[in-house]
Amino acid sequence: MLVIRRDICGYCGCCVSVCPQGALELIDAYLSVEGECSSCGICARACPLGALEVADEA
Amino acid sequence: MKPEYDLLVIGGGPGGALAARTAAEKGLSVGLVEKRPAIGVPVRCAEGVGRDLLEEFMDPDPAWISAEIDRAVLVAPDGFRMALEPSMAGSEVGYVLDRKRFDRELVMQAAAAGAEIQVKTRAVAPIMENGTVAGARIEQNGQIQDVRAKVVIAADGVESKFARWCGVDTAVPLGDIETCVQYLMTGIEIDDAATVFHLGNEIAPEGYVWIFPKGPKTANVGIGISGRKSRDGSRPIDYLNRFVKSHFPEGRVVEWIMGGVSVCPPLEKTVADGMVIVGDAARVSDPLTGGGIYNAMYTGRLAAQVAADAIAKGDVSANAMMPYDTTWRASKLGKSLDRNYRIKEYFIHLPDAKLNRLVHSISRLDLTKFSTLEIIKELIRHDPTLLLELRAIRDLL
Ligand SMILES: Cc1cc2nc3c(=O)[nH]c(=O)nc-3n(C[C@H](O)[C@H](O)[C@H](O)COP(=O)(O)OP(=O)(O)OC[C@H]3O[C@@H](n4cnc5c(N)ncnc54)[C@H](O)[C@@H]3O)c2cc1C
Ligand code: SF4
Ligand code: SF4
Repeated sequence: MLVIRRDICGYCGCCVSVCPQGALELIDAYLSVEGECSSCGICARACPLGALEVADEA
Repeated sequence: MKPEYDLLVIGGGPGGALAARTAAEKGLSVGLVEKRPAIGVPVRCAEGVGRDLLEEFMDPDPAWISAEIDRAVLVAPDGFRMALEPSMAGSEVGYVLDRKRFDRELVMQAAAAGAEIQVKTRAVAPIMENGTVAGARIEQNGQIQDVRAKVVIAADGVESKFARWCGVDTAVPLGDIETCVQYLMTGIEIDDAATVFHLGNEIAPEGYVWIFPKGPKTANVGIGISGRKSRDGSRPIDYLNRFVKSHFPEGRVVEWIMGGVSVCPPLEKTVADGMVIVGDAARVSDPLTGGGIYNAMYTGRLAAQVAADAIAKGDVSANAMMPYDTTWRASKLGKSLDRNYRIKEYFIHLPDAKLNRLVHSISRLDLTKFSTLEIIKELIRHDPTLLLELRAIRDLL
């Protein structure tokens, strides 16, 4: 599951551009997961600040 | 908003603004939607633009220019600095803009030309009819409305979701996104007429650090690195903090700016039935420099010209609007995108020792004109042993 750290996110949209599923959507200052996320972690790599993390489903 | 326009523009950046202004000047009814509550804010840009390029569109105005630039300084990984002086800086001289004001000025020009502007208004889905884009579903302040248009211009920037919703794959490969952080710093000792670029795998892997003056003792100090080099502990923010600590310990940060710049090849096709894709959304930012302001303005204007023709002829199919795609690809801009992508692919694989050698070699050149192309040509002439190194890109020249 993708965890968004809103205290870190700077709502820049960088992650949105790399998501292969088109699952992320930026609504002004609010990033949300709106589609099917495959937990691939690509967005988490691209984030300049480290606001995204794929957490274990356990 | 009205229920229908000739042209609906998604996004109020330079690409969308130029499209809206151009179309309105041609007498089309134009609606522009921008999801943020303010045009140009927050900034996602280092704000540098070439003088010649900007002046293709408008006369420079101190109201939205932060600094004038007349030389560039390249800093090698070993700290060696080489200046590209005004005499040889040629077309690379330019401005550092104040994009909060610049973007707003462009949108106000579109409004003055007759375009309707709606901010805090987001396109949430396309209206599709028989495979043709026929408008967009718009959300404004909690209200949903369907807005129809003969042509939709997707100018929604690096996120590029609108075209994706219409079935165009706009996803940027992780290795082709430059992930960036920039501080607007004040109280720092800088050369306020020079842009400075620091290279090196320790400083900015597969990217660079930039210092773009914004006025006396003030500058955009930023970094972009490839997405594939970014991970916990070595993200852009970590590299930038390290750089700032060693270069500007006395500085004060008054603004954080982050963002992504695509440095991939452009979309394979930038038109669809009823839709034209412009600017960052079309992935036309420069793969070598990351610059995309001019590219967005150029494609935005062209898109509106072609769309206006298509609308006048009553055929807005992808085929009818194909001249947009072929024209920008054949333009100086299109050709440089292609070349610079390949040059970038070569440069990002250079170890620091080779980068050092290159910068030292460039500094010994007698350049009369400064451009990427000239530098590489001169390098090969000057240092034939580099020929082998540069073989990969020589064919591109
Ligand atoms: C850190 C950084 C530094 C840069 N430095 C430079 C530089 O020095 N020089 C240079 O030339 N370029 C630079 N660039 C690139 C430059 O900022 C972009 O190329 C340029 O802004 C592209 O213009 P655009 O109109 O295509 O998109 P944008 O300016 O991004 O505008 C797109 C707009 O669309 C809006 N939008 C998105 N989705 C929707 C929706 N669904 N509905 C409504 N609105 C929507 C967005 O909110 C945004 O305002 C830099 C980029 C970054 C991130
Ligand atoms: S890349 Fe990071 S900072 Fe930018 S919008 Fe995504 S999560 Fe937020
Ligand atoms: S984890 Fe992968 S699929 Fe999920 S939002 Fe991030 S990039 Fe998209």
